[in-house]
Amino acid sequence: MSAVEAKSVPDRLEALEVTTTGWSAEARGHALARLRNAGLPSKRDEYWKYTDPTTLNADDAPTAALFNAGEKPLFDDVERLKIVFVDGVFDAEASDDLTLENVEIARLADTEGADIHWAKGLYGVLENNGQTPVKRPFAALNTAMATDGVLIRVTGPVAKPVSLIYRHASDTSDAVLHHVIRVDDGGSLTLTENGPAAARFNKVMEVDIADGAAFHHVRAQGRDHERRAVTHMFARLGKESTFRSFTLTANGVLTRNECVIELTGDDALASVSGAAVGDGVFHHDDTVFVTHDALNCESRQVFKKVLRNGAVGVFQGKILVKEGAQKTDGYQISQSLLLDEDSQFLAKPELEIYADDVACSHGSTSGAIDEDALFYLQSRGVPLQQAQDLLVLAFLSEALEEIDSEELSDALRHRLEDWLARRSS
Amino acid sequence: MLDIKGLEVSLEEEEKQILKGVDLAIQPGEVHAIMGPNGSGKSTLSYVLSGKDGYEVTGGSATLNGDDILVMEPEERAAAGLFLAFQYPVEIPGVGNMTFLRTAVNAQRKSRGEEELSAGEFLKIIRAKAKTLEIDADMLKRPVNVGFSGGEKKRNEILQMAMLEPKMCILDETDSGLDVDAMKLVSHGVNALRDEGRSFLVITHYQRLLDHIKPDVVHIMANGRIIKSGGPELALEVENNGYADLLAEVA
Ligand SMILES: Nc1ncnc2c1ncn2[C@@H]1O[C@H](COP(=O)(O)OP(=O)(O)O)[C@@H](O)[C@H]1O
Ligand SMILES: [Mg+2]
Repeated sequence: MSAVEAKSVPDRLEALEVTTTGWSAEARGHALARLRNAGLPSKRDEYWKYTDPTTLNADDAPTAALFNAGEKPLFDDVERLKIVFVDGVFDAEASDDLTLENVEIARLADTEGADIHWAKGLYGVLENNGQTPVKRPFAALNTAMATDGVLIRVTGPVAKPVSLIYRHASDTSDAVLHHVIRVDDGGSLTLTENGPAAARFNKVMEVDIADGAAFHHVRAQGRDHERRAVTHMFARLGKESTFRSFTLTANGVLTRNECVIELTGDDALASVSGAAVGDGVFHHDDTVFVTHDALNCESRQVFKKVLRNGAVGVFQGKILVKEGAQKTDGYQISQSLLLDEDSQFLAKPELEIYADDVACSHGSTSGAIDEDALFYLQSRGVPLQQAQDLLVLAFLSEALEEIDSEELSDALRHRLEDWLARRSS
Repeated sequence: MLDIKGLEVSLEEEEKQILKGVDLAIQPGEVHAIMGPNGSGKSTLSYVLSGKDGYEVTGGSATLNGDDILVMEPEERAAAGLFLAFQYPVEIPGVGNMTFLRTAVNAQRKSRGEEELSAGEFLKIIRAKAKTLEIDADMLKRPVNVGFSGGEKKRNEILQMAMLEPKMCILDETDSGLDVDAMKLVSHGVNALRDEGRSFLVITHYQRLLDHIKPDVVHIMANGRIIKSGGPELALEVENNGYADLLAEVA
């Protein structure tokens, strides 16, 4: 297998070509050069030692059967602006009108001929910043080859969430989307994403948050059992700004979510969190890199995974505190609840600190369900399965609490309750 | 109500017999107390009756209203009317006390084929019961037993008992760690539940509790057996003389 892979990867990269001619062409050319230089990752790479990227690298997306859970669309009751992509292709019919107060929304694919200064200054720029000290080839590939995405500029508070909805209709689709978001001083935006997107999905989101601005991101990755996804979030935070990103993942044979955060202005807050429930053929990798490069910033990483029937969870999280980033408050916790002995959690928490007046803590645990708590619940008449579900939800709740919207977190909590109840009935 | 005959129990993990033939019969409406030195097997008895893992029943039987409870799952025993107020109530981070209680009450109602209580109905009932136990709204909202003082945990056990209205209540050292006022609250909570159809098994070290919750029968347990049973005066004897004389008697 590795011989084939070693041959096909460079071939695949040679064959790539930037055909876009508009404002992003230059950035795409640079990204392609970066990618050729870095090469695609293999399991031999230190950064990929827990997650095998072979199927993410393959020429064609491995097929992924469509899955219809027959449930009401997520966030259905939430008043929001919907933007729908089906297998990576924008669906105008299903989407709302893109006008909304205090925000300009355009599509990457629509704007080739336009001159979008702000987006040009960001497209591939935050991604490129995030290529050191660790290479992120799939992100470079995305910048070079993305077929569409949204460009969102926020100039003030936005009254309702903007919602990216990803549908999956073809079992061989291979989607590459690249979103760029800029939140100006005083602006605030809540962005939701949900849905499986494609058989294989490569997504990059670059988010630039100006001084005093806020960006909230809540995502639920699609439940198609066989889908694959590699996603990157690159966020840059200005002074007194807020960034929050939460991801709920259930199902998916392979998911790698990377989040690269740079705190560049004083007194900023960044929170990245996730709850994952995996059952059976499920490999979920959260890889986070937070850089503190300013005074008095707080960062939080809260990741919880519930795994059973051989599911695998991975967490690689780093807090880098640069020289002079005094009064940094860095928190990182990654925990897994293993419901049986076949499941596995692999964690690599790291701290690298070059300032002396900081408070950083990190912890990683992996354990079985608390038998005493289970018995306590049962002894009050709660049936075993329901008791277990209650404890699973309790375990995940610390991550859900990172969401700053009760409406959205309730929607996710109820969805989780439904999934658990359905699975056990 | 509860009939225990020749109950023998060993640990599952190691070769160790803890209960060596326990006989106990509690009639409806009766209050029985069990006293005995530490390590005599009182908590083990309460755990085995409520179905905790880790114990192996090697002999004897236990029935609740004629039904063999030893073959039931813990939640089935609860639905059948058994309740254990834990010596060490368990903390459950992330599960709100109120959510926990509502889940439990409704699970039991469901298993008995009764209608589940709506959020509103439930709230009304729990507020009234919490008030008499001096459990405030904050304690109801907090995660189950997390950050509760020893006394708060025990009052929370009694609240659960009051909400679930079991037929057979086992109280394992509910008085330990309680100051005089808390003991009164707890006893009051227990006495409020006393009626002809409900029985209690009160495990305690102290006569003190039995001043408030008057037992019909007192048993002394030692080394995995009930070595003596009698009326309330037996508790007084223990209070005054300790267990030494009683142990010597049977030796
Ligand atoms: N799970 C267990 N593992 C090891 N020893 C146990 C366990 N449960 C009970 N024992 C032992 O059994 C005996 C009885 O304990 P217990 O029932 O707690 O007594 P009591 O409640 O009367 O103080 C003690 O010697 C105790 O150490
Ligand atoms: Mg005990």
